[in-house]
Amino acid sequence: MEGYIHSIETFGTVDGPGVRYVVFVQGCPMRCQYCHNPDTWEPKIGEVKTADEILDDYESYRPYLTGGGLTVTGGEPMWQMDFMIELFEKAKKRDIHTCIDTSGVVFNRKSQDFMDKLNKLLKYTDLIMLDIKHIRDEEHKKLTGQSNKNILDFAKYLNEIDFPVWIRHVTVPGITYIKEYLQELGEFLGELNNVKALDVLPYHTMGVPKYESLGMEYPLKDVPALEKSEAVKARDLILYYMKKKKQELAVKLVK
Amino acid sequence: MNKEMQPQWNGFKEGKWSSEVNVRDFIQLNYTPYEGDESFLAGPTKATTDLWAQVMELSKQERENGGVIDMDTKIPSTIVSHGAAYLNKDTEQIVGFQTDKPLKRAFMPFGGIRTAVTACKSYGYEVDPEIINVFMNWRKTHNQGVFDVYTPEMKAARHAHIITGLPDAYGRGRIIGDYRRVALYGVDLLIEDKKNQFNSVVGDMTEHIVRDREELAEQIKALNELKKLGEIYGYDISKPAADAKEAIQWTYFGYLAAVKEQNGAAMSLGRTATFLDIYIERDLAAGKYTEEQIQEMIDHFIMKLRMVRFARIPEYNALFAGDPTWVTESLGGMGIDGRTLVTKTSFRYLNTLDNLGTSPEPNMIVLWAKNLPQNWKNYCAEMSIKSSAIQYENDDMMRVTHGDDYAIACCVSSMKVGKEMQFFGARANLAKCLLYAINGGVDEKLFEQVGPKYRPITSEYLDYDEVMERYTDMMDWLAGLYVETLNVIHYMHDKYCYEKIQLALHDKEVKRWFATGIAGLSVVADSLSAIKYAKVKTVRNEQGIVVDYEIEGDFPKYGNNDDRVDSIAVEIVNKFMDMIRKHPTYRNAIPTTSILTITSNVAYGKNTGSTPDGRKAGVPLAPGANPMHGRDTHGALASLSSVAKLPFENAQDGISNTFTILPDALGKDTLFVGTGDLDIELTPEQIAGIEEGCGCNSACNIPNLDV
Repeated sequence: MEGYIHSIETFGTVDGPGVRYVVFVQGCPMRCQYCHNPDTWEPKIGEVKTADEILDDYESYRPYLTGGGLTVTGGEPMWQMDFMIELFEKAKKRDIHTCIDTSGVVFNRKSQDFMDKLNKLLKYTDLIMLDIKHIRDEEHKKLTGQSNKNILDFAKYLNEIDFPVWIRHVTVPGITYIKEYLQELGEFLGELNNVKALDVLPYHTMGVPKYESLGMEYPLKDVPALEKSEAVKARDLILYYMKKKKQELAVKLVK
Repeated sequence: MNKEMQPQWNGFKEGKWSSEVNVRDFIQLNYTPYEGDESFLAGPTKATTDLWAQVMELSKQERENGGVIDMDTKIPSTIVSHGAAYLNKDTEQIVGFQTDKPLKRAFMPFGGIRTAVTACKSYGYEVDPEIINVFMNWRKTHNQGVFDVYTPEMKAARHAHIITGLPDAYGRGRIIGDYRRVALYGVDLLIEDKKNQFNSVVGDMTEHIVRDREELAEQIKALNELKKLGEIYGYDISKPAADAKEAIQWTYFGYLAAVKEQNGAAMSLGRTATFLDIYIERDLAAGKYTEEQIQEMIDHFIMKLRMVRFARIPEYNALFAGDPTWVTESLGGMGIDGRTLVTKTSFRYLNTLDNLGTSPEPNMIVLWAKNLPQNWKNYCAEMSIKSSAIQYENDDMMRVTHGDDYAIACCVSSMKVGKEMQFFGARANLAKCLLYAINGGVDEKLFEQVGPKYRPITSEYLDYDEVMERYTDMMDWLAGLYVETLNVIHYMHDKYCYEKIQLALHDKEVKRWFATGIAGLSVVADSLSAIKYAKVKTVRNEQGIVVDYEIEGDFPKYGNNDDRVDSIAVEIVNKFMDMIRKHPTYRNAIPTTSILTITSNVAYGKNTGSTPDGRKAGVPLAPGANPMHGRDTHGALASLSSVAKLPFENAQDGISNTFTILPDALGKDTLFVGTGDLDIELTPEQIAGIEEGCGCNSACNIPNLDV
């Protein structure tokens, strides 16, 4: 089984716990306006690699990957389900910590085929990093070209089966960095009991040169980067409403 | 040596060191490994803060004055050439400056009078004409000696910059005196030891014996001068240091004598912290000093090291990017018996980065080993993040060759302290050598015949086997010329600019490393890879000299952990080193090589024409063993893995990989993501408290968002 790979980063430090070997897969159905890897969108191009090739290469860096492991991001990893299952099954045999960084957009509770595959993949997965782009569906569509219904449903599903999740959220001035949206996101997350970390990222403009080199128009041209300290505040706010929600739920329970 | 136990050694465990000069033995028998954390450290005293403010003011004046505060233009610097100078005599715990005024640069003509005069001129200072007359006409210098002997071929290679950065007009440096010996034994015992050595060098007066006797006589003179240097500052250093303060001061006097005598490219300190810790532990146990007082002495010692200055020419500063002195101190590491060599004083040295603020000098190198105490590792990491001023080197690798009492000279050259030294040899430009191979020895920038007139390559497209064959021949020529040139340089340096105090603080039999160097390795590897895996077309000028290259297709690039090209880099290093080894070296020095241009790669690139890897003429070469900029596309570990394949046994003088990373790319601070232990679940107490009002610990203050 082969996967379509965009690139490999051998020293990933921001995509999961520890130092990680990060595989960027090719192909994504989302069209996020701030995407800093637009060259990963198109499916079925790029380098073709087998799971064993990737894992053999992983082995050559193993001494450095202390406390870390393998992260697959993209692109959308769950768009290449069969490949992912094989890769992670083999990774677990080699005792490698596995993590998926996903938007969750391809999640579909109604498809038995998808759910079977997903459950199989989760058997070999240690951690999911779920990137929630926007809490409101209509805004989500504007930002990414897709509905967030499946994404939020994926979050709920992972909660139902008590699967550990790190939530990621990019704060973009004027788009997601708005108090009421952050509040809603916090309230949504407050209903989940499987969230192990919350990673709130300040929007940055480091992807702009890539658009230029690809000859693409950058949709958020006029949006300034967000200060890290602002993202910290946004995180505090989300956390506040998460706790508040939990509190309300606890009150209901007591009553 | 006198076998009597010295009164200053009270409380120390005796051993071999008490009857022979053997600092390592003293350390091993007496030091206290420290595995705790940094919580014992003391902040700066008022005296320290005041003195440092004074230094900052002087540095400001130095900058405003165009880079120097003052220069000596009359007195050739020697160990005893100047009287005492102070910042504030009453509060300075550790004293001594190179000249009669803090930061004033000494006049050091023995490496070359022209260089010394140019250094002064470039800052607007005129050297006393009588002094110039002396050194031009009466007293020969190292530089004059070298140029008397250079062959036309050596001069041409130097002019074309295929061999470059040669220490033929400046001090070679890279020699570390064992300054600790001054503290442990006092100068008198060291003189006695050297006199015994002197008397043992007898027999047929061959030129070797004569040279050895002359050098030992010079060393003894230097030690006598060192004693006088102590007296200038009111100290009698003929006897061993009696306590921590004296041990630091005696050690510093040894170092100060060296930087008064030599303006060397890298004047390193050695490995002093754990040695001094023994004195400090003894005094702390006896209640003689407090932690604050000890830290103050260390702070003042480091302050002095930060104030070392040399008069240098603008070209030198361009080559080394600034005005570095490389006062390198090697910290920590592991002993061969498995105990760590980290002591509390290792912490105290790094603590100066807090107490005085960050600084590139002294260059503090942590000898990193897998088994270092975790607390030390954590502290180093914390101080690195804070100061960006700590260098790390692989102790596990170097300990195999050099044991556990080696130190780093400059930034990577390892040597056993007091037992090994290096003949610094700058670099051969292997990228330029490849162009010579293609053009039959004609320089691609000067259009002159510099190398041997071998057959040039005449085909339009380059053929790998043909290029490799010609390149091998050309490298063979370069290696020979390079070694011969260095032989001339080091002969003359010994003769006219001998490092007498530094060698006086060495054993009699010194192991000498013959340190050659390579520039342009990744350009060569990528060029040969391009020729092998893509198609490289030559672009010629009217005379038929190849001046540029056009590449058709892609090729594996060094820096991606790709054996197809990494193996080429390895092959070149091995070949070149074997070629170097074929030639006799001055004083039977042992050849090594380094791949470590750290700043000079820019200057080397300027003098190198376009190369077959697509690099254009004048573009900087990659530093050290780095991949060319932007060609490593698989992340840091792949890039480092390519470098790690280079054989250390054939590049023992060091391999460097300059590696910059944005702080955010090194992971997130805990504030941001946490480590997967998001604390948002409510405790039973909180749930119980809900009905009374606030149950959530931070819920009383809604975080504010300025949108």
